[in-house]
Amino acid sequence: MIYTLVVHAAPYQSAAAGTALRFAKAALAAGHDIHRVFFYRDGVYNASALASPPRDEQNIPAHWQQLAQEHGLDMVVCIAAAVRRGVLDAGEAKRYEKLHHNLADGFELSGLGQLAEASLHSDRVITFGGQR
Amino acid sequence: MTLHILNTSPSDRNTFLTCALALAEDDTLLLIEDGTYWLLPQHRSELARVPARVVALAPDRLARGVVVDNMTEVDDAGFVELTVQHDRIVSWF
Repeated sequence: MIYTLVVHAAPYQSAAAGTALRFAKAALAAGHDIHRVFFYRDGVYNASALASPPRDEQNIPAHWQQLAQEHGLDMVVCIAAAVRRGVLDAGEAKRYEKLHHNLADGFELSGLGQLAEASLHSDRVITFGGQR
Repeated sequence: MTLHILNTSPSDRNTFLTCALALAEDDTLLLIEDGTYWLLPQHRSELARVPARVVALAPDRLARGVVVDNMTEVDDAGFVELTVQHDRIVSWF
């Protein structure tokens, strides 16, 4: 089956980002395809290159990057949700005249159209929700 | 057949009650994350009143130390399998 995962939850605040990661691994292990992982609302924090958790804790952004590299995952971060929370790529940093950018490698900023397209293309869309 | 995924604890009753109203007899309610706290003895009678089949995500229940007997459970692979078996999936959070 073709899956799209939608992650609404920031890592560490709730368990949902970790659950999404586990689900992604289990789905890939079962031979399914993941068309896209879409990070929305506080889920955009999964894409921060500056996340520096203690060494004995899971580095969830790094785990996403590793999984994406191994399986060629398309990881899209909602641009409007990301920019207002301070998750910027080089282009947005320039546009907003910021000195730095922090979108981790392997993630891409784009719009909600990418979620709509992914929903049309996928057999299943699973949402992993955090705090409302 | 719809798979309903609930991840909120009994401290958030509204989400559970709203979800329960949406459940049909041939639906499945999958308790994940803090949703597995609904399996604590003091909440079991309420849980027993939902019309759908109730399934727990075993690693999440075990991580929270919730003890159950005679409960249908799945691991992460079983979670994926449930999403294959149901053509509609709703997440309650």
